[in-house]
Amino acid sequence: MPDHMSDTIPFSAAPHVRLGSSSGQPITRRDGVLKVTGAATYAADNHPAGMLHAVIAVSTIARGRVASLDVAAAKAHPGVVEVITPANRPPLALDPDVKHGMFGFRFDALQNDRVRYAKQPIAVVVAQTLEAATEGARLLSPTYEIEPARIGFDGGEHFDPPMVSIGAPPNFDRGDLAAGLSAAAHLIDTHYETPAQYHNAMEPHAIVAEWDSDRLTIDTPNQAIVMMRGAFAEFFDVPAENVHLRSPFLGGGFGSKAIMAGPHILCILAARMLRRPVKLVLPRDQMYGPVGHRGATQQHLRLGLDAEGRLTALEHHALATTSSFDDFIEAAANASHNLYASPAISTRHRAVRVDIGTPGPMRAPGEASGSAALECALDEAAAACGIDPLEMRLRNYADIDPATGRPYSAKALRACYAQGAERFGWAGRPLAPRQMRCDAGHLIGWGMGSALFPAPMFQAEARATLRADGTALVETAGADMGQGAWTVLAQIAADGLGLDIEKIEFRSGSSDLPDGGVAGGSGHTATAGSALHNAGTDAIAKLAEIAANDPASPLFGTGNAGVEARNGRLYHRSDRSRSESYGDILARAGLATIEGNGKGGRDPAAAEARAMFSHGAVFAEVKVDPDLGQVRVTRLVGAFAAGRIINPRLARSQLYGGMIWGLSFALHEEAIHDRRSGRIINADLAGYHIPVHADIPEMEALLIDEDDPYVNGLGIKGVGEIGITGTVGAIANAIWHATGVRVRRFPIRIEDLIG
Amino acid sequence: MNLFDYVRPASVAEAVAAGSQPGAAYLAAGTNLLDLMKGGALRPGRLVDVTRLPGLDRIETLADGGMRIGAMVRNADLARDPAFAAAYPAVAEALLSGASPQLRNAATVGGNLMQHTRCAYFHDAASACNRRDPGAGCDARGGENRNHAVLGWSDACIATHPSDFCVPLVALDAVVEIEGPDGRRDVALEDFHRLPGTTPERETVLRAGELITALRLPPEAGGFRTHARYLKLRERTSFAFAIVSAAAMLRIEGGTIQSARLALGGVAAKPWRAKAAEELLIGAAPTVESFATAAEAALTEAMPSGDNAYKIELAKRVLKCALLLAADGTPRRMPALPASVFNFDTGCHSHA
Repeated sequence: MPDHMSDTIPFSAAPHVRLGSSSGQPITRRDGVLKVTGAATYAADNHPAGMLHAVIAVSTIARGRVASLDVAAAKAHPGVVEVITPANRPPLALDPDVKHGMFGFRFDALQNDRVRYAKQPIAVVVAQTLEAATEGARLLSPTYEIEPARIGFDGGEHFDPPMVSIGAPPNFDRGDLAAGLSAAAHLIDTHYETPAQYHNAMEPHAIVAEWDSDRLTIDTPNQAIVMMRGAFAEFFDVPAENVHLRSPFLGGGFGSKAIMAGPHILCILAARMLRRPVKLVLPRDQMYGPVGHRGATQQHLRLGLDAEGRLTALEHHALATTSSFDDFIEAAANASHNLYASPAISTRHRAVRVDIGTPGPMRAPGEASGSAALECALDEAAAACGIDPLEMRLRNYADIDPATGRPYSAKALRACYAQGAERFGWAGRPLAPRQMRCDAGHLIGWGMGSALFPAPMFQAEARATLRADGTALVETAGADMGQGAWTVLAQIAADGLGLDIEKIEFRSGSSDLPDGGVAGGSGHTATAGSALHNAGTDAIAKLAEIAANDPASPLFGTGNAGVEARNGRLYHRSDRSRSESYGDILARAGLATIEGNGKGGRDPAAAEARAMFSHGAVFAEVKVDPDLGQVRVTRLVGAFAAGRIINPRLARSQLYGGMIWGLSFALHEEAIHDRRSGRIINADLAGYHIPVHADIPEMEALLIDEDDPYVNGLGIKGVGEIGITGTVGAIANAIWHATGVRVRRFPIRIEDLIG
Repeated sequence: MNLFDYVRPASVAEAVAAGSQPGAAYLAAGTNLLDLMKGGALRPGRLVDVTRLPGLDRIETLADGGMRIGAMVRNADLARDPAFAAAYPAVAEALLSGASPQLRNAATVGGNLMQHTRCAYFHDAASACNRRDPGAGCDARGGENRNHAVLGWSDACIATHPSDFCVPLVALDAVVEIEGPDGRRDVALEDFHRLPGTTPERETVLRAGELITALRLPPEAGGFRTHARYLKLRERTSFAFAIVSAAAMLRIEGGTIQSARLALGGVAAKPWRAKAAEELLIGAAPTVESFATAAEAALTEAMPSGDNAYKIELAKRVLKCALLLAADGTPRRMPALPASVFNFDTGCHSHA
């Protein structure tokens, strides 16, 4: 596909861009034309013949049981085909109240009449039209036995969770906290609160399910295609290979589409029960219940500092909300593990059970909430010590990972600080707040925060097939949530095969392909990319073997390590005049294709030896009306070091998205519960605010060069989530610097600032 | 959504006949009504589509110097009408600060007047709401009410009217032209929306079957064009309703205020005209002190209806700030961020 816009982007001469390589090039999205012309099919665009529409009836109470449903009224409505309630719901092979696997969540699929949160599915109405199903669901007119809703941090039972996030320990200690605190010249004892937030992907959760005997086809946006295929298969007791999950495009996922939820299961059940294809699309308000969210947190930090502002102790406690029936604990306190050097670090998590849907991973889970509090606390510490906030961070710079004592695989954070500060113009920032005003009389403030995100890898597989015509087919069941996997993974695959990207046919987003792993944890490019690259080099190695053993080839006798693949030809490494095209090698061998296979995953020895993170620094400028408290972020500059950048255009786009998310966290997002009913009263995009274009300032995301030889062979980390971290704190700290008001609850609102 | 009849009358008379049937509702752009129907808060049995009625989409300058705007004129068209925007710049600014470009392209003048409160409890069919269901109670009392009314509310209802457009209009003595089963009548916009009292379900003075056909601005309304501003505080820069807004329009001669027009939005179940404050300004100098005094006077009757005492102080400050901006003079061109306090940037991005 032509790169229409590349001439508008200055070519980056960073050393990781290799001449002739697709990686490093700011190629535009390969799926861009499909998307802007409406030709990209999202799940809900599928309309198999004979399809019915399902609508979920959801509870309006947060706790209790359904006493009655007027099934007769719903069934009598013209067009309604079936009403599914706990009374007639066909059995599932697995119990949705039992957790299955590490990523399994308990969910509601009409297993009984209990209500555990508002917007919980309590029935499914299937009809000829969406309108009939919708009205049928309303006609069910449920009555309830209501129990009081437990909402808010003081609403429910507090407990010590056995683990936080997915499988992480809840508590951590290193060094002598008490000694560190008692030795401190300055003690910061502070607290921050973050609200429940909802993913609100632009594309709602949707599924079209069609059975053919015991074979199931599902179109549904999914971030972990092959893994979830297996999970769906287990619930319906069919072999995994009988399930075909198609997810070519996702309109955003942010973690919420990595998890099995009740509505999907109910749609598949309805399709099997009625022997017809069934479509279910959640209306926006139903995305505020059964499909996860970011749990609210209360965080308490104590920072001990010596007279020069060096940490002597760092304590971070978090209380997080979870549901009454499952645990996902926002691991906020873990944000303090790996960023700042402190001889003593202690973190704790507690949790509180409330009557809401179970939280789940949401873009930068734990890191976003924890970074918000930690970066504000650091800012408070800087103010207490009379030190510039950037200098504060430099004095507490960690040269080895404070949590493990391991060296970092690579850490270009100093360069992020320096280049970000330079670009922003940080020098000369007055220490005290309320020192800067613009001509119009608005207060100006500058704040900053450090950004940190782990650089994990999962497991993925890929296949690369070289064809005699000089093109190649590369395949992995990757997930493009809008982040650019269709483009970036193809770039990596092209390099693995020594082909121009135009020669690459990339198949992805379907469960009949090799397992592409999960698009999550900012690890998809590294993991699936490594698999694709390895598949390509595997194919090339086989090709080289053929050529090296073929007396008719100019490469005869080279051995497969003695050749280099470039631009569709194999070259002799030390004699460039000896080369042959892939097509010629295959033709002479009588082969139509040659196939390579590859896996992506972390080298366990490297994982043991090194701490692996992406880093960054974010600088924010805000203006605040001194009388009216209205805030406007006027500038955001982020500088990020995340290993090798495959596509600077799309990486910047990811970082912008993260930074905008951070702005949204700082100033806009909050799900507001009515504490009496437990219902969220702003469960739509008019009431649940995310920023509009006019809220977004001048933004810059600097890509700081970083060569990381340990994370993986390609040197790739991730950029999907790190932009949120650092940004929330930077904006909150800028608001303090503008106003002198330290707001300890997010989002920061006008009424917090009018004093 | 319930099953309903849809009718598309060919004339105003046909529309009124259809709209007079029990359970009927007029449908214009539907930017509010259809949302409420989808959420189950409103369930009309018949929609009478008035968007194609002839003659309701005109913007006319009247012989007396006033203007008449048809009820089906779209918000975006009105805000960009050169004659209208020049004569009533604060109204144009208010229009452009409302909703989003997409909504403004669809929403109509008549529909703007008829929009319902954005009180979450009104929209949530499972909540008790006297406005939606008389006698049911008010879940906003004691609920999440930080943006609810601080003026004119009652025990039965603490909702606010969400319109930006209506705020400067009410200050300019706009008149609503109405056709009904009993013929035509005019109602001052200030009398059009009702405070809740014990009957919050009666949101306007419209009688069954009555249809807004036009809005009229009297000749004096054009006299404030050189000192007219609308200022809106909100939680994001577009597609957000006002926490508090203010329209301030002044006639200043020889350093003295000859006449003032003031109204507040987001504070009551109707656009809130501040006549007592206007009168305080007549003969005063356009100074911070006199504006502060006027702003204080505008809120003397304000009372928190819940967790919203901050809105009273904020409303005073917004009104004072709007007066200061109006005294500075109407901007030569529409600011890039209409009605925002942040419209001082220079350069090509500073104008809409």
